[in-house]
Amino acid sequence: MGIRFVLMVNKQGQTRLAQYYEYLTLEERRALEGEIVRKCLARNEQQCSFVEHRNYKIVYRRYASLFFLVGVDDDENELAILEFIHLLVETMDRHFGNVCELDIMFHLEKAHFMLEEMVMNGCVVETNKSNILTPIQLMDKTS
Amino acid sequence: MAGSSIMENLFQHSLEDLIKAMRLQLIGETTFISKAVEEIRREIKSTDQQTKSTALQKLSYLSAVHGVDMSWASFQVVEVMSSSKFAHKRIGYHAASQSFNDDTPVLLLITNQLRKDLSSTNEFEVSLALNLLSQIATLDLARDLTPEVFKLLSTTKVFVRKKAIAVVLRVFDKYPDAVRVCFKRLVENLESSEPLVVTAVIGVFCELAAKDPRSYLPLAPEFYRILVDSKNNWVLIKVLKVFAKLAPLEHRLGKRIVEPVCDHIRRSGAKSLVFECVRTVLTSLSDYESAVKLAVEKVRELLVDQDPNLRYLGLQALSVAAPKHLWAVLENKEAVVKSLSDDDLNIRIESLRLLMAMVSESHVADISRVLLNYALKSDPGFCNEILDSILRTCSRNFYEIVVDFDWYVSLLGEMATIPNCQKGEEIETQLVDIGMRVKDARMELVRVGRDLLIDPALLGNVHLHRILCAAAWVAGEYVEVASNPFELMDALLQPRTSLLPPSIRAVYINSVLKILIFCLDCYLLQSDGSGSLYSVNLEGGQSELFSAKNDTEATELATCGGLNYEQDVGFNPRNTADYSGDLSVENGIDRAATHGKTFTSTLLAKKNFMHESIVSLLNRIELIFGPLITNQDVEVLERSQNILSLVQLIKEEIIDNSVLSVDTIEKKDTRVSAIINFMRDAFTTELGPVSVSAQGRVAVPDALVLKENLDELQAICGDTELPSSSSFATGGPHCTTTSDASSSNLLKNEESGPLNESTSLIEHRKRHGLYYLPSEKSEIFPDEYPRANDPKSNSNINDEAAELVKLTEQSLLLKKRTTQTKPRPVVVKLDDGDLTPISVKRPEPRDDSLSGAIKDVLLGSETGPSVSRSYPSGKSSRKQKEKKKLSTNDRSEMKENAVDSEKPDLESPNSSSKNHGHSKERKHRGKEKIVESEDHDHNEKKKSGHRHGRRKTHQRAKSPLNVASQTPVIPDFLL
Repeated sequence: MGIRFVLMVNKQGQTRLAQYYEYLTLEERRALEGEIVRKCLARNEQQCSFVEHRNYKIVYRRYASLFFLVGVDDDENELAILEFIHLLVETMDRHFGNVCELDIMFHLEKAHFMLEEMVMNGCVVETNKSNILTPIQLMDKTS
Repeated sequence: MAGSSIMENLFQHSLEDLIKAMRLQLIGETTFISKAVEEIRREIKSTDQQTKSTALQKLSYLSAVHGVDMSWASFQVVEVMSSSKFAHKRIGYHAASQSFNDDTPVLLLITNQLRKDLSSTNEFEVSLALNLLSQIATLDLARDLTPEVFKLLSTTKVFVRKKAIAVVLRVFDKYPDAVRVCFKRLVENLESSEPLVVTAVIGVFCELAAKDPRSYLPLAPEFYRILVDSKNNWVLIKVLKVFAKLAPLEHRLGKRIVEPVCDHIRRSGAKSLVFECVRTVLTSLSDYESAVKLAVEKVRELLVDQDPNLRYLGLQALSVAAPKHLWAVLENKEAVVKSLSDDDLNIRIESLRLLMAMVSESHVADISRVLLNYALKSDPGFCNEILDSILRTCSRNFYEIVVDFDWYVSLLGEMATIPNCQKGEEIETQLVDIGMRVKDARMELVRVGRDLLIDPALLGNVHLHRILCAAAWVAGEYVEVASNPFELMDALLQPRTSLLPPSIRAVYINSVLKILIFCLDCYLLQSDGSGSLYSVNLEGGQSELFSAKNDTEATELATCGGLNYEQDVGFNPRNTADYSGDLSVENGIDRAATHGKTFTSTLLAKKNFMHESIVSLLNRIELIFGPLITNQDVEVLERSQNILSLVQLIKEEIIDNSVLSVDTIEKKDTRVSAIINFMRDAFTTELGPVSVSAQGRVAVPDALVLKENLDELQAICGDTELPSSSSFATGGPHCTTTSDASSSNLLKNEESGPLNESTSLIEHRKRHGLYYLPSEKSEIFPDEYPRANDPKSNSNINDEAAELVKLTEQSLLLKKRTTQTKPRPVVVKLDDGDLTPISVKRPEPRDDSLSGAIKDVLLGSETGPSVSRSYPSGKSSRKQKEKKKLSTNDRSEMKENAVDSEKPDLESPNSSSKNHGHSKERKHRGKEKIVESEDHDHNEKKKSGHRHGRRKTHQRAKSPLNVASQTPVIPDFLL
């Protein structure tokens, strides 16, 4: 499994979105998130975006007040994951228009759907922004 | 009812309300959440779908963001999932994917719902169901829903198909038998013209190949086509990952892909792709010189980039290359060293790893020097990281890369004085280890040890205690090469030693004893020199025999002396005292000779062993150790007690010396010197490293009856704690059994009186010998006690001693053999015992079942390669069938195949499918008017060209790869 989890965390360390592609109990999730947030948020701009933690490699990127953290397998391509994060942000940007933390808070489900369109079972299945957004826009129309 | 639900709806808080309200709650968030959950619990029971789904939506929000437990609502989740309204269903599915796991009891209830949704005409419903399945599929779900997934694998709706492909990974994982059904369609999708489908399918294969690459070798041609044709970087990266796994298994594959990979490196503008290519080259294609050169060139660009990410990856790539291509690291030395002062700890650690990979005999000193300077400047964490890697690298494979041990020992000493050093334990181990293994380093060791011991400031640092412990031990053990034993004594006796923990204090005390014995010995040697040295001649041949022995077997000196002595005592008990005195002199001389220059020089320096200095030394020991008799710790107490008694005894005799007449001097002196001698002999026995398997080499003596059941032993030794291995396991042998034997005999022969104590006490002591040192008999070394686990001590001791001698002999022989190359001093190695076996990771059984299934599908029903070779025709025809199927779009035929493969239990499936394949083959052949080679040729390389004449060649422009999936084991695809 390439991608094992995707986290969005604000700079206060509060989780805004958590999507796991393997089952962890709530306690395990909280513990993991806590450790990762502590590790990654302490790092500055001059430091690289890769952190090894437990048996994960964490690739993270900061956009304004929001950190996007992706936990991957050890042999995953770090740069590709950075591109993936960027694609995710761009997609959300296109949908919400200048996306910010609040958009994700209030439209958590949509953010999840975008992720679902992009990643399945830890594999990236869709990299085209319009394709990712089509089903969500359709759903918006019908509801 | 209707009215109430409207009311509920009207007054229900929506998710948005909840979030807004939550944002206003600056404090008391937890109470707010629990209130909200209460509300949800009420609402979720509503019969109104709208209310219920909104409640579930809120609950899943709280669960995702605030970690609220939602397992209690699993039944409601199922209810909402089965709603007819898509908006509700969506909420239900989302909640399920978030909260369900293998243990959720309601999983059984959703099979039908999933099946219904998977077969739905609404592709979004299908997609919801697939998404859920990809996350929560269990064995049951996977098994029951495989037919549905199989259908979706070839649906025309790309949106659904790509998801179905991704789901297959989970289904295979849970239910390997699904491979038989789905695998062919999966492979078929590799050739899809839809880039999205290819993306998904390559992702799946990348994961599958990571677990068991060998099974996917036959698919190499398909992967190769993607590698060459695809424009999608993501796909290319995944394909490269697949090849990185496959190439090491089949060298011809490497030859084939190296060019396209290099092409990508040269042409691609995407850093991620280039990096993946570089990594693939360095891991899997490292035999291709030109490719490696190209890759290293790219790595160099990364190393000097502004972006820390690229620098980090560059370093990582280099460390991948390091084992095979050290030149790559050496070429980039500056960049690596520069990274050592990077802002980022991760980068620093990577560069440290690389630096240590670069280290070789010639410049280990320089690199360590540079690193130590960095360590001084760094934060504690990184400092210890540096120290750790220096220690590990230098000690690797018995100090393989260390040539100058004097340098290394002083480096260890220097490390100890770094303020942040927390590697005390490792340094301790190495100091002791070097002492035992490398004779030539001992002088420097003692010097370094002295510097450490003498500094009172170090005693206050807790992290250094272990190092001081080693230093004290070294000082005591190798005191004969010390430049000034009195100085060492001062250091060991300084008042601040009270800061040490008792276990280390005990080592200090023991070292004091050793040094004391050494000093006394030298002193006696000096004073005896004029008097009784010539008495050696009186002994005549006998003693010459000894000296001969001693010369040849210098290290066993003590043993020989002891044993022969014992014999002699038997014959001539009256002579004992005199005789031993003479022996000691002689031994001393021999020792001087064998230790060579260093010893003689120190011996000469010992001319200042004046009477007064010895007396003052004894006084000081008395003064310092006096209070220790009340010490809480048993070790400290006993050892100091022993020394004190010894000191008292010696003092009496030596101080009296000056007043008494010459005759009495001789008599008394010889008694003291006998004692001293024995102790010295015991201490000078060379300690060597002990092989882990040493015990196994000791033959069981005939007289010894070994019991299978050791329960009794438990009763005897249950309360006896062995010294923990971390403290001084290696120190154990200083009470070599030789000394045991000789001194206990000494006891018997010379002063057998005290042994006739109450027998019960003796019994008790024997059992708990570890702690009960014969304290009244102070002239016996504190280390002398029966082996803790040896209930019958005396009878076996001599045998054991002999065995031990043999062992040391063996290790000596070994030493001689392994080290002929001088400048580098001898490092004693024990070939077997010190090596730890490398455990080989075996693939998990679950993977086996999966790969077994895949092999079945890919290679026909043969299980192993060796078997499959013997049935070339059947297999290849089957292969062809598969190929044909891949290249055809004929739906009905596919169905047929599907049915065929869905019933693997059919009678002789192999032959039936064979026939089937043949018929199909013929059909196509006729259609396409292409000459097909005969089945039986298929395994012959030279004919492989013919096979390209099949339909695929048209698509692939004569790529010779086509042959791949026809020969099962190691296909000839690339020739």
